[in-house]
Amino acid sequence: MAAMTRTLVVTGYGMVGHRLICTLRQRDVAGAWQVVVLAEEPRPAYDRVSLSSYVDSWDARELDLPGNDFAGDGRVSIRLGDPVVTVDRGRREVVTGSGYRQRYDALVLATGSVPFVPPVPGHDLPGCFCYRTIDDLDAIRAAAGRRPAGRAAAMVVGGGLLGLEAANALRGMGLSPHVVELGDRLLPLQVDEGGAGLLRGLVQRLGVTVHTRTSVAGIEPDGARLLANLSNGTELDVDLVVFAAGVRPRDALARQAGLPVGERGGVVVDPGCRTEDPAVYAVGECACLDGQVYGLVAPGYAMADVVADRLLGGAATFPGADTATKLKLLGVDVASFGDAHGTSENALAVAFHDAVAGSYRKLVVSDDGQTLLGGVLVGDTSSYGTLRPLVGHRLPAEPGALLAPAAPVPLGVDALPAGAQVCSCNAVTRQAVDTAIDGGADTVAAIKTCTRAGTTCGSCVPTLAGLLTARGVVGSTALCEHFAHTRAELFEIVLATGLRTFSDLIARHGTGRGCDICKPVVASILASLGTGHILDGEQAALQDTNDHFLANIQRNGTYSVVPRVPGGEITPAKLLVIAEVARDFGLYTKITGGQRIDLLGATVDQLPGIWRRLVDAGFESGHAYGKAVRTVKSCVGSTWCRYGVQDSVALAIELELRYRGLRSPHKIKAGVSGCARECAEARGKDVGVIATEHGWNLYVGGNGGFSPRHARLLASDVDRETLVRLVDRFLMFYIRTADRLQRTAAWIESMDGGLDHLKQVVVEDSLGICADLEAAMARHVAGYADEWRGVLEDPAKLARFTSFVNAPGQPDPLISFRAERGQRVPVAVSG
Amino acid sequence: MTVVCAYDALQAERGVAALLADGRQVAVFRTHDGSVYALDNRDPASGAGVLSRGIVGDRAGSPVVVSPIHKHAFDLRTGRCVDDERMSVSVFTVRVSGGVIVIGVP
Repeated sequence: MAAMTRTLVVTGYGMVGHRLICTLRQRDVAGAWQVVVLAEEPRPAYDRVSLSSYVDSWDARELDLPGNDFAGDGRVSIRLGDPVVTVDRGRREVVTGSGYRQRYDALVLATGSVPFVPPVPGHDLPGCFCYRTIDDLDAIRAAAGRRPAGRAAAMVVGGGLLGLEAANALRGMGLSPHVVELGDRLLPLQVDEGGAGLLRGLVQRLGVTVHTRTSVAGIEPDGARLLANLSNGTELDVDLVVFAAGVRPRDALARQAGLPVGERGGVVVDPGCRTEDPAVYAVGECACLDGQVYGLVAPGYAMADVVADRLLGGAATFPGADTATKLKLLGVDVASFGDAHGTSENALAVAFHDAVAGSYRKLVVSDDGQTLLGGVLVGDTSSYGTLRPLVGHRLPAEPGALLAPAAPVPLGVDALPAGAQVCSCNAVTRQAVDTAIDGGADTVAAIKTCTRAGTTCGSCVPTLAGLLTARGVVGSTALCEHFAHTRAELFEIVLATGLRTFSDLIARHGTGRGCDICKPVVASILASLGTGHILDGEQAALQDTNDHFLANIQRNGTYSVVPRVPGGEITPAKLLVIAEVARDFGLYTKITGGQRIDLLGATVDQLPGIWRRLVDAGFESGHAYGKAVRTVKSCVGSTWCRYGVQDSVALAIELELRYRGLRSPHKIKAGVSGCARECAEARGKDVGVIATEHGWNLYVGGNGGFSPRHARLLASDVDRETLVRLVDRFLMFYIRTADRLQRTAAWIESMDGGLDHLKQVVVEDSLGICADLEAAMARHVAGYADEWRGVLEDPAKLARFTSFVNAPGQPDPLISFRAERGQRVPVAVSG
Repeated sequence: MTVVCAYDALQAERGVAALLADGRQVAVFRTHDGSVYALDNRDPASGAGVLSRGIVGDRAGSPVVVSPIHKHAFDLRTGRCVDDERMSVSVFTVRVSGGVIVIGVP
């Protein structure tokens, strides 16, 4: 077998190259090919389609395509940062920039494209950038960061998809963007005049200035800034320029190797994606097929699949490309699909323009009005998932009826014929999805695994969910065997019915007597609604052992005690109290990650005595034992630090005191950093706040733990009052709607619309619930009381703190300690 | 025979621990319907004396206590672990006599 192994060289490691290798490795079970990847960029394949989302996190790893290192696959070797510079077709050998030589049996050109930079004077001045790679965005960010904030401006050359994405990214960096488009409208390729007009209005409202029917005549230095002259006479003072005026196929290797290229560039390939040389293929944006170069990922993936098939002896041909697009540009939903411009013979268009609601919808249909040919949607793209697969199929109703605001014909998945392509990125039909569902795929995730549908742009995910429902598959969302509801539904029930005891709730809405899952959930919901001390009455029986003893159980049955140290700021006198308590009760001490001190090894009997000493010294419970707000970590901030721009300690203390005691679906951690150096690691927290020159940036959804996440930007440069208001809303919305043990990151990801939806709800108040959320938080803040003190002041609660009810004060014989590094640690017990 | 505590001192759906003369520990539970059960307090999965501090509820209609350490559920009537049939704890005889809970020997 080894002797038969052939070598495939892939030049370029972008999304399409990655797809090719994935498909080949999946199908090449016999191991016929050894793959060598030679790439220019210093990082493995990433999701370039989502490049703009990089500015939300500035974490390049979030763009990584899954499995892009092919770790553990001995059949794939990847050489990064060393592009192929010469192809010797005679010797079947390539040479890289560093002089590395590699022989091949088959060569795939997957070099993508290069940004087109108009050759105007000054196009290469410092401050001029492209918008194609992670490195480009890093360079733009660095340049934007050097500008005095507040009045910085930028010019984006090109008003297409990429240009508008770039404008939005620049806006996010605090610059005022000007978009310069040669054509008569924005998005000239995707959207018609009506749609573009609406889009322009929406975009300008966001502070983007649009200049159409003009071009850049020249750029010249102007002190530290740049002066751009437009062909219509306009002069723009800007701090940086971003070229997003389209791309050109990167076909230099083919030209050098003497392979034919298309009229407007691109390596000429046949429908099998083969060049004139049978050993050389080209895929993606560098290929020219039937005179056409495709700048979208879906056709690139289709070509990759064709080449993988050919390499394994198949005869696949390029199936044609779907250039449908759906995206959110500057917060405006835009979609176009099929023959969006009505260029087919005798095509008719039906349009509906609602300037008040900010939506524009157009369908292009055949001359008999029966068959859908294409369409444009701006503002509201909710029907895209159903309309796009219907292209080429009979419409379920009159086109006008389908466009009306309250469409009398609901466009459900029922309208989709079996052959309709549900996922155009991966060419998956409704039939294939239905087959997967019948074969046992009972969740969207399972369908993704089975069919690849929904794994690229994700726009068909709602349709996949619809198909599951249509097939009668209902995934169980029941909390446990006692409640058929989710946690969020139970919260709604408790809110709406006014039921305030577990017994009433399970009698009316559940079955049985409850368990270790539903009881703590209900306890948490009741606590979030402010129903007194968590050990009052029947509530006490709902708490798990940590909440029941207001301390964290450890492996030997002892507990740890963590007093609250707001913001991590503590006086020497209070440190002494903690030290004395630890010494007097023989407790092991350790500094926690949340900037406080853990006292471990307390028996149940000792807890009230420990709390008494702590409470008398001004401490209170740190809620380390609860699914609750834990800590707000901070750096020392502007008070001490020579880099700090805001008082992070004061804000952290304020936030921690505001939200202390708040019970939630899972623990909540927060952090406040006094400058962008981020010493408080705030972006690893559920709520992260980072100081800016003018205020605070608010990030949400970060966590450490099993699958670490960086928090993502929710609002930037807000003042303290706005920040607190947004955090109030965010936390209450989370508490009311998240699943049990679902941390904020997973909660945001599970939302239809993700972070964008969250922004709409908590920043823009799209659901009209923010006043209610703020009021709920105000009630929490007003009703807060220290839980430890509550026990110390109530003899009935105190009576529970005994190891043996028939022998108070008798120590538990199963607990023993040994010394380690000068402290007491448990003697290991075993089952 | 060991006296545990007054029946009224034991909250419904909660447990307490009692120490026997021979050093063993018993976890005593009161369920929703007023019944009283007694199991060995030592959680066999961890070796810690903690079963009395677990949540009391039911699994498919059987009364159980769930260990706070690794969440194993034990049937209050038989002492068998519902999640892992290789594990079980001893069951003690228990009765309420004159308003007081009393443990016998298993």
